[in-house]
Amino acid sequence: MDDIYIILVASLFSISCGLLGSFLILRRMAMVGDAISHAVLPGIVIAFLISGSRDSFEMIIGAALLGLITSFLIEFFHKKANLQTDAAIGVTFTWLFALGIILISVFAGQVDLDQECVLYGEIAYVPLDLWITDAGLNMGPKALYVSAFILAAVIIFLSFGYRYLHITTFDSAFAASIGISIGLWHYLLMGMVSMTTVAAFDSVGAILVVALFVVPAATSYLLTRKLKSMLLMTVLLSFLNSFLGYYLASTINGSISGAIASTSGVFFLLAFLFSPIDGIWIKAIKRNFDKSKNTSKTKFNKIFKE
Amino acid sequence: MKVEILNPAVEFHDTTVSYDRKPVLWNIDMTLPQGSLIGIIGPNGAGKSTLIKAAMGLLPLASGYVKIFDGDLDEHRKRVSYVPQRESVDWDFPTSAIDIVLMGRYAHIGLLGRISKKDRSLAMDCLEQVGMQAFAKRQISQLSGGQQQRVFLARALAQQADLYFMDEPFAGVDASTESAILNILRNLTQEGKTVIVVHHDLQSAAEFFDWIVLLNMRLIASAPIENVFTQNLLQETYGGKLTLLSEISELIKKRNIPSRENY
Amino acid sequence: MESIWKFISLSDPNIISVVIGSVLITASSAVVGTFSFLKKKALVGDAVAHAVLPGICLAFILSGNKNPIYIIIGAFITGWLSLIIIDIITKKSKLKEDTAIALVLSVSFAIGILMLTAIQHSGNASQSGLQSFLFGKAAALIGRDLIMFSVVAVILLLMVVLFFKELKLIAFDESFANTIGLPVKALNLLLTSLIVMAVVTGIQAVGVVLMAAILITPAAAARFWTDDLVKMIILAAIIGAFSGWAGSLVSYVAPRMPTGPWIVMVVSIIALISFFIAPKKGIISKQLELAKLRASILEENLLKELYRMGEKDMNTSNAYTLDLLTMQRHFPIKYLKPALRRLLKKSLVFKEGNKWSLSEQGHQKGKRIVKLHRLWELYLSTYLKIAPDHVHEDAETIEHIITPELESRLEKLLDFPKKDPHDRKIPY
Repeated sequence: MDDIYIILVASLFSISCGLLGSFLILRRMAMVGDAISHAVLPGIVIAFLISGSRDSFEMIIGAALLGLITSFLIEFFHKKANLQTDAAIGVTFTWLFALGIILISVFAGQVDLDQECVLYGEIAYVPLDLWITDAGLNMGPKALYVSAFILAAVIIFLSFGYRYLHITTFDSAFAASIGISIGLWHYLLMGMVSMTTVAAFDSVGAILVVALFVVPAATSYLLTRKLKSMLLMTVLLSFLNSFLGYYLASTINGSISGAIASTSGVFFLLAFLFSPIDGIWIKAIKRNFDKSKNTSKTKFNKIFKE
Repeated sequence: MKVEILNPAVEFHDTTVSYDRKPVLWNIDMTLPQGSLIGIIGPNGAGKSTLIKAAMGLLPLASGYVKIFDGDLDEHRKRVSYVPQRESVDWDFPTSAIDIVLMGRYAHIGLLGRISKKDRSLAMDCLEQVGMQAFAKRQISQLSGGQQQRVFLARALAQQADLYFMDEPFAGVDASTESAILNILRNLTQEGKTVIVVHHDLQSAAEFFDWIVLLNMRLIASAPIENVFTQNLLQETYGGKLTLLSEISELIKKRNIPSRENY
Repeated sequence: MESIWKFISLSDPNIISVVIGSVLITASSAVVGTFSFLKKKALVGDAVAHAVLPGICLAFILSGNKNPIYIIIGAFITGWLSLIIIDIITKKSKLKEDTAIALVLSVSFAIGILMLTAIQHSGNASQSGLQSFLFGKAAALIGRDLIMFSVVAVILLLMVVLFFKELKLIAFDESFANTIGLPVKALNLLLTSLIVMAVVTGIQAVGVVLMAAILITPAAAARFWTDDLVKMIILAAIIGAFSGWAGSLVSYVAPRMPTGPWIVMVVSIIALISFFIAPKKGIISKQLELAKLRASILEENLLKELYRMGEKDMNTSNAYTLDLLTMQRHFPIKYLKPALRRLLKKSLVFKEGNKWSLSEQGHQKGKRIVKLHRLWELYLSTYLKIAPDHVHEDAETIEHIITPELESRLEKLLDFPKKDPHDRKIPY
């Protein structure tokens, strides 16, 4: 049963991240996602100190606010201080992450977060943190409900916002010309990314959540030609990664989230090499094929002329 | 050389536009007629694209105003279509030609409304008009540059607007696409629609358009084509920048000066 | 208090190695980081920092011990490999650079974590040190680390000094460097190697995640204070060194405090302060400059209006009441009075009773503004073909901007005209 809980929670978080991540990579904002995932740390610590728990609804919203502030700060430094974007990202997230680690050290006694957990989470403990009703009824792991709630929120957001996101991502000038607010949709997406990051933080940590955002989405991007199939493929891959990753981790007795992200890397490598659409191996074969067609033609001519 | 007309499609009134705080267009003041095929011509960096972006509200105006059909842009948004430069978007985006054209319907159906059969058949019609119906399901990165430009044009047609702003629709396209696009633009103007095109090639401009705007940081001419192609005006447009003006622009940027200060 | 003094005086030999180690690392990383900052590759260092982890673990698994030489070789190899993979992904697929960086960074870190946790769970006794790469162990630096850090720092600095001109060129304008026949590829290779080297040593002090900060944050801060590359590098090194020192101080005084994050906190605070208060480029300085500009525009407008009123009455030393002045042009009272006081102080105007008049100097200044206004109106109407009734508003701004040099060029260009487009006399 514990296996199923862990795989389920991992899958639900992966799918939420992958769906949002698809838009991040198409918008060339993968590193902004990376920055947000690190920068929410102080928000998590502060929210933890105030609310005293790590998976309350208020805590998720509160800490997610910091993710929004991060994307705002990056833009602020870029626009107001003329700092180049990559440096603005680098300076902002390292600063906030350092602040988070310092806060953890200061409140070591009161905050139940250890430093390593911050980096790669501890999804193996998911089945231990149960939701038990006042009547004493065991409802299963809390994380299951949190991850399901987040996925529902992401799906609702995407089904309402799909067309807006599609159009603002592909052609922002055109979108603005028909009266769509580019900034609004930027910050809505960033808000969703922050919320998902915070919710998944406990389970997968700051760095591996980036893998969930980026890797399955990038893999599907190489395998499909339409946004909708890219999103579906991402869902499928996210589930597959969680499933296979879990068994990889138990085989070699290592971190589950690390194994999930490593598995996703393997799938990416396969797609990068062998994708029927964009794989470099396929491209090379095609090139060789064209070449050999030409050379065989000349050979053919030669033979028959002789 | 400036010809003013009554009841214009677009009116620029003392419009100054800054890019990154530096004024790139100074005091543009002109009226553009309805039902014409209008070419905006000038050297690189003359501010041609900036002009139509400013008209579409994509760049803030440092001063002055732009009126569309004698009103605010927001009143007439559905009647106006904007075609960005082809290079401004990522053609690796995972989407098909028909999906791009359907974007042209978004302003009409609202972003949450359903795409009806009528919208779909209209989008197909538009693709057919540009000779791309066979490529409807094709992913956009698999199209050639000219085909991509045709898809953009089809999207604009699907908007069924009365006024079109097009940024370099003829840039980097093959000869057959060029004449196909030109035909469609002429048909549009024959239906009484106004088409404003940013164009880089002086030679072909003389054949394409019936109204020409000559631009080089400032307005040099805005008139029917027969009045514009004079040695003097072309010399003025292409004979280099006004150095004093450029230097003042730089100074404004460097000293971070607000565009207008009235106390 | 006592411990602070103990730290500053370096009386404890342990402190010496911690301080020297941290300072060496932060300063030399900052020097190398300046180039990656200028090449707009700030986040590449971040990817390398994450990618060294699998190399470290692999070296440990293969060699079975924590010999620093193997560890560093392993780290160097995977750090390097990550850059090559990022390059291949961006060149050979439709994925963009940011995705490639995020992808390589997270996956290689994941592989590292997987190995690290597997090693830990296997109960290998000597693994305990591997974790220090995650968060750094600046507070526990010892003599042996110091030797290695010094060697690396010397190599980094030596390379930067030797190839300074070349690195400068590829940082600012790679295509130009190519055209003048510099071996751009080899130089990029050199720079990459320097970055990897800085990262491999640096993460031992501050850890994987925060490594990016000691590479680029000092450079980002220094950029706000100077436009000169040499000064920028030196300043970045000083900022880096100071943060290294201050971070170790904090964790010495409060032993519970982690050194690495404090180093980053200090350097970030320096950077944030620089973003705001640095002269010219800082956000606040820009605002102040704008306020100053506004004030001087208002003063110039006052002088101009007094001059124009006098001009109308054929006597430019006439005195006028404030009512008359505000009838001529609307000035918000809130700003008007302080501006007049400033003018009075500079003795550009006189006040007799409730009437104000121009001094000789004020007269000259007012006249100049009126002249520039009218010259610019004339320039707009002759050169930009703008109708005379549309030129006034633009001239209202430009009259305050024209420098004496542009002024004389404008006069010559228009050949010292007598009248503006409204047929008003241009005063000289």
